[in-house]
Amino acid sequence: MPFITAGDPDLDFTADVLKQLDACGCPLCELGIPYSDPIADGPVIQASYTRALERKTHLADIFEMTRRIAPTLAMPIVSMVSYAIVFRRGIASFVAEARAAGIAGAIVPDLPVEEAGPMAQICKQEDFGLIQLVAPTTPRERAIRIARSSTGFLYYVSVAGITGERTRLPADLAENVAWLRSRTSLPICIGFGISQPEHVRQLAPVADGLIVGSAIVRRIARADQEPRDRVLADVTDYVRGLLDALKS
Amino acid sequence: MTESMIHAGMQTGQVPDAMGRFGPYGGRYVPETLVAALDQLETEYRSAVEDSLFRATLDELLRDFVGRPSPLYHAKRLSQHGGGAQIWLKREDLNHTGAHKINNTLGQALLTLRMGKSRVIAETGAGQHGVATATACAHFGLSCVVYMGEEDVRRQAPNVFNMKLMGAEVRPVTTGSRTLRDAINEAMRDWMSSVESTHYILGSVVGPHPFPMIVRDFQAVIGREARQQCLARLGRLPDAVVACVGGGSNAAGMFSAFIADGQVELVGVEAGGRSQQPGDHSASLSYGSPGVLHGSFSYVMQDEDGQTGQVHSLSAGLDYPGVGPEHSFWKDAGRVQYQPCSDAAALEAFDLVARSEGILSALETAHALAHAIQLAASRPKDQIILVCLSGRGDKDAAEIARLRQAAT
Ligand SMILES: Cc1ncc(COP(=O)(O)O)c(C=O)c1O
Repeated sequence: MPFITAGDPDLDFTADVLKQLDACGCPLCELGIPYSDPIADGPVIQASYTRALERKTHLADIFEMTRRIAPTLAMPIVSMVSYAIVFRRGIASFVAEARAAGIAGAIVPDLPVEEAGPMAQICKQEDFGLIQLVAPTTPRERAIRIARSSTGFLYYVSVAGITGERTRLPADLAENVAWLRSRTSLPICIGFGISQPEHVRQLAPVADGLIVGSAIVRRIARADQEPRDRVLADVTDYVRGLLDALKS
Repeated sequence: MTESMIHAGMQTGQVPDAMGRFGPYGGRYVPETLVAALDQLETEYRSAVEDSLFRATLDELLRDFVGRPSPLYHAKRLSQHGGGAQIWLKREDLNHTGAHKINNTLGQALLTLRMGKSRVIAETGAGQHGVATATACAHFGLSCVVYMGEEDVRRQAPNVFNMKLMGAEVRPVTTGSRTLRDAINEAMRDWMSSVESTHYILGSVVGPHPFPMIVRDFQAVIGREARQQCLARLGRLPDAVVACVGGGSNAAGMFSAFIADGQVELVGVEAGGRSQQPGDHSASLSYGSPGVLHGSFSYVMQDEDGQTGQVHSLSAGLDYPGVGPEHSFWKDAGRVQYQPCSDAAALEAFDLVARSEGILSALETAHALAHAIQLAASRPKDQIILVCLSGRGDKDAAEIARLRQAAT
């Protein structure tokens, strides 16, 4: 499951990338809504947000793009969005607009379960997914509570830290996810740090989905300087490599 | 001193509630990775304030290491200059390290030790919180990393040297506006990866719960002392209390003791910068709107999409697009008035206080002084205006000289 930043380097290219990822057979795509102060993100995604915001990528423009593209795709799009943006729009308006724009749900990385009540209620009424996160630092009883309130899937954060490619993932990751699996019937997707076919092979048996962000965003970043079809081909090759590892 | 310096801080009211809410403001909008650490901090803090040994240790440090209580000083020549009300200064500039920030960092460093953590990180704008954190860490043998925007590293260079002399590592932050807001982002990101061994000593009443409560309580010693000093010296409470507001910690510490005294007027002074245009000031309570920044719901400078707005102040410590949630609560409740003060007015007040009193105030503090001078001039001689002199201006001397040069 790829993560890409909306509007980096512009929304036309984002639409092209979405189509390409769909053609590769990605089961779902996370679309990052650029935010000025993303504290959970490493340098690669931060920089992509900064570029998108410098190009004045507004929420309304992003929704406009997905409204056009989403009906042509087999894979659902889920937004990754700061609560600062959701709140500013108004929770109900945000959910209604996103849904009308063909977006299936939201991951709100700065909305822990205690604060999620009002948004969870609206998402439920609107049949809009609100995907909650569990981190390696989450105590087990709390993880169960989070799993109960998540819809769509559960996002397991692989490492205590920010987004960005890692060469090695924590040794106890598979074990922790397996434990969580025994406590919830929701699909569990793992994200943060995943970038290599080796990671995919290692985690595929325990996860329902693997989220790859920085490694793709880093490739897309080159669309600023290089011919776009070459960047698109590079992203495609990379994603196909990971999907092959998933099957093997 | 018989009464503990920390305990009474816990009496400052019913807020925040269990969710860290001051009315609708506050809360905890952070990545899940940090929630366990915030829970741990809250639990540790609540047990610490009940622990008489913890309180005695902090009291002793505040007395012997910081030099508390800080004096209450009648600025007679400054008062005469305006010809109106009397101006009294609560001299937090005379604390060890030259500002109120040390009250908080010693308290949080003690909490760090209680939590069994050995590494501390902090953000700093003016560098005063960085210096106060480096000092507390040197005192306790904790390792210390301070994040500071590149622009602030430049304009507050003396504090950078001081931090390094005390063994802290200063990491310049080159993202965004390269100021306080970006330094907080970087510190939070560090904490995301280091949370199990590291405590983040946040320097103001901002950020996710429990920070706004803890920092206020550690700073409440300012107001508690000042209130007692007023009663002892003047036989009455002041008519107005004025403090500058960046994140809002010196103001929260000062105001908390007077909140229940309905007759005492409370004024928080924000950085009005160059103009009222967005991007030209950092007066989030005066010109901003409720939103989410750095884990808390409060007034913030933001655009229509909720992206944090650009801000400006010539003082690094006020150059911040957000403000502590309790100030938003006090503003909406009408209990505290918030006023902007321009860069130019702050510089003028800095000069006047330097020449009439022999006190170099921090540029942050100069905003409060400017408002107090104006207020005093419009009030009768028997009125008393209390100002939180939050810090001294040594750090600003070179920057003021540069600004003056540029202006001529
Ligand atoms: C002397 C002084 N006053 C005020 C401030 C602003 O912070 P706060 O509003 O938290 O008191 C600073 C911050 O660096 C400072 O150094």
